[in-house]
Amino acid sequence: MIDPVTLAILKGRLEQIVDEMDATLFRSAFNPIIAEAHDASHGFYDAAGGDTLVQGKSGLPIFVGIMAFAVKAVIGKAASDGNLADGDVYIFNDPYAGGSHLSDFRLVKPLFRNGQVFCYLASVGHWHDVGGNVPGNYNPVATECFQEGMLIPPVKLFTAGRYNQDIVDILSANSRLPGSLYGDLNGQINALDLGTKRLVELLDEFGDAVVLEALSMLKDRASKLMRSHIESLPDGVVSAEDFLDNDGIVDAPLKIALDLKISGATMEMDFSRSSPACRGPVNISKSTTIAACYVALKHLFGDVPANAGVLEPVSFVIDDASILAATAPKPVGGYTETILRLIDVVFQAVAQIAPERTNGCAYGTINALSIAGYRSNGSRWVMFSFFGGGHGGHPNGDGLSHGNAPISTATIPPLEILEAAYPIMFTQWALRPDSGGDGKHRGGLGAIYEIELLEEHADAFLFGERGRFAPPGVLGGCSGALNRFTYDTGNGPKSPPMASKMVGIKLERGQRVRLETPGGGGYGPPEERSDEARARDIELGYVTGKLQ
Amino acid sequence: MSSSRLVVGVDVGGTYTDVFVLDETTGNLKVAKVPSTVSDQSQGFIAGIAEGAGDFSDISTVVHGTTVGTNALLERKGAKTGIITTRGFRDVLEMRRRDRPTTWGLWGMFEPVVTRDCRLEIDERTLTDGTVRTEVDLDQVRIAARQLLSEGCTAVCIFFINGYANSHNELLAAQAVREIWPNPHVTAATEILPEIREFERCSTATLNAYLQPVVANYLEKLKKGLRNEGASADVMIVQSNGGVMNVDTAKLMPVRTALSGPAAGVIAAQRIAGAAGFNNVITCDMGGTSFDVSLISNGESALAAQTEIDFGLVVRAPMIEISTIGAGGGSIAHVDKGGLLEVGPESAGSDPGPVAYGLGNHRPTVTDANIVLGRINADRPIGGKIERLDLEAAKSAIEKEIAKPLGISAMDAAEAIIRIANAKMAGAIRLISIERGHDPKQFAAMPFGGGGSLHTGALMNEIGLAAAIVPRYPGITSAIGCVVADMRMDLVQTVNTLLDDLDFDAMRGLMDRIASDLEATLKQSEAVLTAIERQFEFDMLYLGQTHTIAVSAASDPADLTLQSLAKSFEITYLDAYGRLLEGVKMRVVNLRVAVIGKRPRLDLSGFTPPATKTTEQCLTGQRKIWHGGIEHTADVYERLDLPAGSTIEGPALAEQPDATIFIDPGLKAETDQYGNLIITRQEQSDG
Repeated sequence: MIDPVTLAILKGRLEQIVDEMDATLFRSAFNPIIAEAHDASHGFYDAAGGDTLVQGKSGLPIFVGIMAFAVKAVIGKAASDGNLADGDVYIFNDPYAGGSHLSDFRLVKPLFRNGQVFCYLASVGHWHDVGGNVPGNYNPVATECFQEGMLIPPVKLFTAGRYNQDIVDILSANSRLPGSLYGDLNGQINALDLGTKRLVELLDEFGDAVVLEALSMLKDRASKLMRSHIESLPDGVVSAEDFLDNDGIVDAPLKIALDLKISGATMEMDFSRSSPACRGPVNISKSTTIAACYVALKHLFGDVPANAGVLEPVSFVIDDASILAATAPKPVGGYTETILRLIDVVFQAVAQIAPERTNGCAYGTINALSIAGYRSNGSRWVMFSFFGGGHGGHPNGDGLSHGNAPISTATIPPLEILEAAYPIMFTQWALRPDSGGDGKHRGGLGAIYEIELLEEHADAFLFGERGRFAPPGVLGGCSGALNRFTYDTGNGPKSPPMASKMVGIKLERGQRVRLETPGGGGYGPPEERSDEARARDIELGYVTGKLQ
Repeated sequence: MSSSRLVVGVDVGGTYTDVFVLDETTGNLKVAKVPSTVSDQSQGFIAGIAEGAGDFSDISTVVHGTTVGTNALLERKGAKTGIITTRGFRDVLEMRRRDRPTTWGLWGMFEPVVTRDCRLEIDERTLTDGTVRTEVDLDQVRIAARQLLSEGCTAVCIFFINGYANSHNELLAAQAVREIWPNPHVTAATEILPEIREFERCSTATLNAYLQPVVANYLEKLKKGLRNEGASADVMIVQSNGGVMNVDTAKLMPVRTALSGPAAGVIAAQRIAGAAGFNNVITCDMGGTSFDVSLISNGESALAAQTEIDFGLVVRAPMIEISTIGAGGGSIAHVDKGGLLEVGPESAGSDPGPVAYGLGNHRPTVTDANIVLGRINADRPIGGKIERLDLEAAKSAIEKEIAKPLGISAMDAAEAIIRIANAKMAGAIRLISIERGHDPKQFAAMPFGGGGSLHTGALMNEIGLAAAIVPRYPGITSAIGCVVADMRMDLVQTVNTLLDDLDFDAMRGLMDRIASDLEATLKQSEAVLTAIERQFEFDMLYLGQTHTIAVSAASDPADLTLQSLAKSFEITYLDAYGRLLEGVKMRVVNLRVAVIGKRPRLDLSGFTPPATKTTEQCLTGQRKIWHGGIEHTADVYERLDLPAGSTIEGPALAEQPDATIFIDPGLKAETDQYGNLIITRQEQSDG
């Protein structure tokens, strides 16, 4: 039994190593999605089952759950290969074996101690471009994963420490931006090298057995705490439903439904009433569904340590034919939209039994916008970024304006960095008045981003949601504003037929695209909002008082 | 005028104003402590100097660590400020970098220091390569400035997109505003930080403007106060990076004082602990309202490139890394609705201060608990503002507010207050040590501030620290830091050019020019400098990356060549990441210049205790103290008389005018040659 002080030190040391791995990749990566938006993550995973042991504070929350499945996939592949060796590193992006979408490349490395695997280290990062029909890979009209980019199963990037250049050559040949790919790949290798070095130092200092025991104690602590939280909720079933606008192919809403059953210290999340798998790219794999629920639970019960213990008292019911259980080759490129909706239904369900823990829904779409073309010198450029919106009102006050998505801690790249890197110019970067849902505590405001092209020609692509179904409030709070995307190619502003999804908008120099993102949903009934708060909203222009 | 030449360090805290005086002609040291005057800090400042220095005409230099800026930021009490900015971008300040305060939980809130109605847009636009696409419309700028004035703004920040690439439009606008603005509180963002990243630049510059009236008025008052007393002394201010600057620079760049006072303390701790043989130190500064911790590892304190004072209040300027929590001697204890005992963050400060001061506060504080437990001598209050502390009043307040509601005795309640405060402080130390992978067994705590050394023993035990080192004058450490800190001037200039395309002749000229300008500013002060050092750094990256690494260049620009810079970059990059990227071009993003004026080394032998008394002769009496639920009899010593090499065993108290040191049962304290008390565990005594 480890004493509490040693346990606290080890917990700190392990998290510190993972944080340092995150920081190493953020600083040395080439593409701003990793370097600025921190769409990456690192961790240590169980040698036998791949469960998350340690996760950093700065990595993308949704990857916490997903990475465990990724490591499991490598464990399976290594077992069938039958030749796992010290110095091996696997690389892959297969979304069905380890979640998310093709842009996320994972590197998984076993750490050997005395001839045995002690644990796995893993690094995941969102690469700038991995081929497919749409630069930046958010292809809203994909009907098979093959249109979304190259799919790489777990293969060895390093064999016993030897770098397999052939693999890198294949990857590079399939990307529009091989230079960026090379930089990001090296950044991820840097992070694994550093993590290995630091972890070995730690094991040498404390002993392997002590560290293993500490890891298991930390997991027990998480599951115990989670059980006590669930136990404080009343037994019974509550339900919530929300919708995706469409799948980009068929313009019909898709339902995400949750029946949440509390029974003593355990929780069942039943998604049986959700829509079946769809043609377009908003399907997600079962592992991604579970990872999204993990994120929602961590938001509600923030004091539970971030490891596999969180999910120990939780069971899932997910139909194999569901939109939440996709298998190859169903397209999954827009996975972010579906997991955001999953988190929204968890908040809406929990609001019914624990109003003091929940909040209005956040803006609920990643708004992946890419603009791509060639510079006058012939070089290719791809601007790709995610955009922000409002958070929901909550028990303590109005929602945060211009926050990041609940599945991430990503910051937005500075517009000056985007302008320095690409031939574009922002003509507006502002809060969007009237976008926060009314309520006792108003939802935070979304944003307006307007971009003008400075080169001769370019194509623009958008993958967004909440164009038809606004972010709901809770406990009587109103919805935030809908997502709105317009583009002006010379004949006045137009909107995409699928609301927030569109491919191949042809832009000429001087033409603009404009994104107006949703605010958050309100918390509590509008009648309870104070007169002072309403007067201030008008004075500062958060609310215009004009009819929308 | 006598032959003395005094350098005076002044640290104004929430509770006390501390003064440290060095006579440069004789090497004599003197300390003083007076209560801070919260409504007008300059009064306490002058009173403190009068007490410490005596004759104002002997003073050559006053160096000041100030919390005026910090407090204005934390309490949001800066000036009503406006922003004039590029059309389309007035919300940059409020939109931040699209973040949230915590990874888990979505309950964030943010109030920018400039409300939306005071952020005005005008027509102008500069592109990323420095091309002016739209000339600034100065009529609109003037109209905006007048509107802000009519709204009641007393400071203004002018912030234009891409101003770092070409400040032409921004500086024209600043000039136009300055012509009509009735005071000097006009900040142009690129004058403060000509660096790419619009939110960080806007936030830093806006906070600068927000602080300008507050800090400038305060510094003016200090100068006037000194002049009225007949002092012609030069006044200098400690910056957050631990270097000092002159008053005129501080008025222009008050944002650099955001962590002035605490930084001075860390500088002193580094010097004193180093001399005593401790290179791994956690500094614990306990004042009236807050507890600041900072980590010194291998003799170096970490500099952070940027600090978030509070969520969304970003200051991008090099600063000593310091973490603060709201737990101080004046922190108020109360029992909340759920029946839980809470300590802080509300504080009684020094005015009205603890209940025992008898100045109108009736809610018990941490200091009151220390008095009731016998750890502070009621008959010998520190600071000299109060004749005697009212022990009975403190006890009855604890009885009424804490003991009754909790159904426990007053003594148990007092001890519970201390335990809660200690746990909060231990948590702050864990965050910067254990949670960052440092082993506390390798570290010594160095308490300073008036109350810190009452709690050191408990912190040692709770966290497992190896030792504590209580400096000879724990209550005035920051004031000592003012006197020992070097002078320093910094500037960063965005270059943004491929290494291959860099004009090295022009760059060498630029480096010389910036360094000479900074040096000229440095030399405006009359402080004695033993040497002047120039430091040049380049922020560089591989083309395609967005994060830079800091590459040191030779201290003489003449030695800078393309080859030497490329080599330095590769060495630094290899060290940071372990592999180079073949065939990728390098880009030079920023030039950073620092000019450091070395001040004379303070001879710490001035702190050597007199060898006139034996340990026994320093024993002034005994006091009943309460610890661990039982009463003990503690020996009380006159701390400043304790001879080098003496050892006292806990439970004991060592008293001195500016602090009381509590040596817990089971601990012992040895006096070293510089008058520090080194506290360790008794069982380790001869091990």
